[in-house]
Amino acid sequence: MSLAVVVLKRLLASLPVLAIILVGVFLLLQAAPGDTVDALMAQAGGGDAASAAQLRTFYGLDASVPVQLARYLWRLVRLDLGFSAIYGKPVAEVILERLPATLLLTGSSLCFAVAGGVALGVLAARRLDRWPDTLISLLGLLFYATPSFWLGLMAIVVFAVKLAWLPPGGFGSVGEGLTGLDRVLDVARYLVLPTATLSGIFLAIYLRIMRASMLEVLGLDFVRTARAKGVAEGAIIVRHVLRNALLPVVTLVGLQGATLLGGSVVIESVFSLPGLGRLAYESVVQRDLNMLLGIVFVSALLVIAVNLAVDLVYARLDPRITT
Amino acid sequence: MIRLLRSWPAAIGLALTLLVIAAAAAAGWLFPRDPLGLAGRPLIWPGDNPRFPLGTDNSGRDIAAQVFHGARVSLAIGLSATAIALGIGTLVGALAGYYRGAVDLVLMRITEAFQTLPAFLLLLVLVAVFGGSITTVTVAIGVVSWPASARLTRAEFLTLREREFVASCRVLGMRDWQIMLGEILPNALPPLLVYASVVMAGAILLESALAFLGLSDPNVASWGNLIGRGRGVLRTGWYVSAIPGIAIIVTVLAVSLLGQGLNDALNPRLRRK
Amino acid sequence: MTAALSIEGLSVRLPPGADREFAVRDVSLAVTPGEVLCLVGESGSGKSITASAVLRLLPPGVTVAGGRVMLGGEDLAALSESAMRRVRGARIGMVFQEPMTALNPLHRVGDQVAETFRTHTRLGRAAIRQRVLVLLEQVGLPDPAAAARAYVHQLSGGQRQRVGIAIALALEPAVLIADEPTTALDVTTQAGILALIDGLRRRLGMAVLFVTHDFGVVAEIADRVAVTQHGVVVEQGRAADVLNRPQHPYTRALIAAVPPLAPAPKRPVSDETILAVEGVSKTYRTGAWRARRVVHALDRVSLALPRGATLGVVGESGSGKSTLARCLVRLLAPDAGRIKLEGEDITAIPMREAARRIGMVFQDPYGSLNPRRRVGELIAQGPMVHGMARAPAMARARELLALVALDPASADRFPHEFSGGQRQRIALARALALEPRVLVADEPVSALDVSVQAQVLALLADLRARLGLSMVFVTHDLRVAGRICDRIAVMKDGRVVEEGPAADVLLHPRDSYTRALLASVPGRDWTPPLDAPAPALTSSLS
Repeated sequence: MSLAVVVLKRLLASLPVLAIILVGVFLLLQAAPGDTVDALMAQAGGGDAASAAQLRTFYGLDASVPVQLARYLWRLVRLDLGFSAIYGKPVAEVILERLPATLLLTGSSLCFAVAGGVALGVLAARRLDRWPDTLISLLGLLFYATPSFWLGLMAIVVFAVKLAWLPPGGFGSVGEGLTGLDRVLDVARYLVLPTATLSGIFLAIYLRIMRASMLEVLGLDFVRTARAKGVAEGAIIVRHVLRNALLPVVTLVGLQGATLLGGSVVIESVFSLPGLGRLAYESVVQRDLNMLLGIVFVSALLVIAVNLAVDLVYARLDPRITT
Repeated sequence: MIRLLRSWPAAIGLALTLLVIAAAAAAGWLFPRDPLGLAGRPLIWPGDNPRFPLGTDNSGRDIAAQVFHGARVSLAIGLSATAIALGIGTLVGALAGYYRGAVDLVLMRITEAFQTLPAFLLLLVLVAVFGGSITTVTVAIGVVSWPASARLTRAEFLTLREREFVASCRVLGMRDWQIMLGEILPNALPPLLVYASVVMAGAILLESALAFLGLSDPNVASWGNLIGRGRGVLRTGWYVSAIPGIAIIVTVLAVSLLGQGLNDALNPRLRRK
Repeated sequence: MTAALSIEGLSVRLPPGADREFAVRDVSLAVTPGEVLCLVGESGSGKSITASAVLRLLPPGVTVAGGRVMLGGEDLAALSESAMRRVRGARIGMVFQEPMTALNPLHRVGDQVAETFRTHTRLGRAAIRQRVLVLLEQVGLPDPAAAARAYVHQLSGGQRQRVGIAIALALEPAVLIADEPTTALDVTTQAGILALIDGLRRRLGMAVLFVTHDFGVVAEIADRVAVTQHGVVVEQGRAADVLNRPQHPYTRALIAAVPPLAPAPKRPVSDETILAVEGVSKTYRTGAWRARRVVHALDRVSLALPRGATLGVVGESGSGKSTLARCLVRLLAPDAGRIKLEGEDITAIPMREAARRIGMVFQDPYGSLNPRRRVGELIAQGPMVHGMARAPAMARARELLALVALDPASADRFPHEFSGGQRQRIALARALALEPRVLVADEPVSALDVSVQAQVLALLADLRARLGLSMVFVTHDLRVAGRICDRIAVMKDGRVVEEGPAADVLLHPRDSYTRALLASVPGRDWTPPLDAPAPALTSSLS
């Protein structure tokens, strides 16, 4: 199986999954009490039934459910996510504005969690049952049990309020007109706390899996073969154990792409980041169902993209996939 | 049970679990009044007033009462949501793993759909549609938490159905449901039981996040609710958010340590490595 | 001649909580250059631990408790870890049992062989590459350049074991330790590997410490033999002496349990066919699109089982013999052809009715019993599924336990409390509980030690006579087939290449593959002496 087949297979398998999600969520939202027009009227401070009916016709909400679904899917095929009555803009436009913050936050968190988790997991496995292992495993347990939003709040108290090292929230200093490297560094400063808090639980999970996976691989026959060759223990870890032990971690990263994105909803809200997650929260509060559906669609696409990337990394690590 | 207690994670986990259960049980007796009722002056720091050992929040409610009653809410939601998630997951996974083929394909596509859509986002949608009462929140958490246990059950069924003892039952003329329930499921149960602790920890965290955002039931003394309310006074009264957070950590830690201890007890081979 | 490697008074301690304190106690062995010393014993005899202890590659918790391991005047047991590493792979090479798992799946074969050179020499890239190709050719891989580029999963089991040998021999060590290197391989592949090891030690003058459980292999390759039991060497001597004139009672019992490669005394066979296989085919399709592969697991197989007879189905892995067994009990459905039980097409017999008439015993005594049910329940399950009440079914289970020579009180215990041989008796009782007329046995003794194997075979022979059972006996082992079968069918690539009375197939094979198979049986020229007493049936409750 060549790499192209790996990609093709994943994409083909994603189509029905995407369809199930979109149809499922669309039908689910039909059961919601009140629609966009109700929300709009409520926002405007009420209105008469005639203008409500007019608005429903305008948004196509007077048609039957199957017709609305068909229209919605047809628009999706043309990458038209519809119009947000609340924001008064096309949904796609709002989502595109919010996407960078989320991508930056989840991307940096993922990198930090994987790098930290793998490094700590290897260290713990190498010092099995001695104090570094005990300490790392304990820290892992604590991070695993800590709600990320609480960690975020406490981080704000310590690092923003008490120590005043880092900003408590937001996405870059406003009104200073920073450009180039200054702007990058400025945004990075704002991302330190959210990244650290969001990655906490994932770091704990990866560290646990990496540790277990290292121990598992260390007991396999080919490690004994390498020892019988006279290879030094350090070289055995680097050449034989690490790559094999990484495979379950890579699989897990794929499985948790969605969880990471879900976690960003709360973290963006804690740190007032203008991202997709906070948009989702606002849409729920404001009953902007069109927007919610658009976010579901984009999130699913993002997760599928992550899974594709994970498949490619896996294929690169494990020759059994492509040969 | 004896083997369970021999490992320290299990011992600590059990102790913490008993602590949380005791708190939940004693809540009605120690704090008979409504934990969300007005109790005193707002924002009394912990230790300042012996009537409120953990202080009061920004609307003058007793934090200690909310913490104790919150244990009930967390345990109830955690247990029920876990039961729902494992029920769905086991059923889906068992059918997919035992029958394979088209059944497997369809069920796994649905599972994948649930795993592709961020669970928390789906939870938001469900709450948006069905409202944020404690019952709907619990069911919704159960509904978004099953896919991983379905995959686990499926993997167990896929390997166990190939084992010779299953083949020998078929040769004896046993029916499919007899084999699935009587032969395969008991052997697939230990890893599922261990996984239940992961689901429960996740369910407690999901509910607290939802409550923190103010989307869960506001009429219930949930730890997440309290943290959310404390957010408004973070600069001056950070303890309002800090205390219930510690309660969550203790509870989730208890559940996961218990699960880890169970795992060690069930797989003594792994522990020895 | 001075020994290349000598083990003097070696003791190895097991971790606390194990079934005994010492895995190996006071073992002394010596191998001279160019000599093959076979360390032979049953499972748990400590033979593999002894081999691993030489290179100090013991499992965690297992420690050397005393004794010396002398290599060229140096005591390996006293070396520092880094000095020991310079011995491993350079002065002593080691080959392991499982070729499927002994190599790293993520690295190319060539790199894994090259690693030995990179670890111990200062050779440059090109020089190493050259040496690797020469080595791969020496171990008999047909296309060394392609093999070096390949990943492990692209090679067959035999090829992988050849790579393992190449790694062990890369630096032409003085000593080769081979730990059951052919146990996981088919018999024809095994013959090739044995010949390879034999040729290499002649050419390189290596001392070989060869661990095995198989007296056939011993007869094939050993110059000298050491027999171990419970961690102690009970007998040591020249191969010809130990094999033909064993002194120690344990050795005598072991050798008596080895079935000779000869047919059993002829039994009268009925003319009536109880089970007929007519043109049965089963095809598997794997992969998709261009990678699609079609495997003919069964290709128009026709066989007949006379009433009361035992038909052996013999073949190597992939020959389709297990597929055939599974078709007979309807675990699999054939694509074409018919299977007739007492003249009736089995697809026309209701599933549950068929279950009463044809039973099955499986290979793995650990996997074929549900670990969560008690033994009595496991045996009673069949009758209960078919409507018998619990109490009489349990009573029946106790009778059956007595029938297979187990204590009826065993009914209240769980399978894990029994040894492999005892479990196989339980599985037999379970299969017999429905009083089937035909019993299909799929490699029922392959996972058992040779002495236990002899007992289970004796029990099967006894039961088939007492109960008038007709049996289909699937095995890869021609010695076992000779001991119990009236007729033998030889299978290869899904086809029956030869079928006939056991004596004809074993003594006058017509087909070229049958002849090759017979020629590959290790120790075929050695006939175990008959004067040693056969192990008693009752001693099996160990």
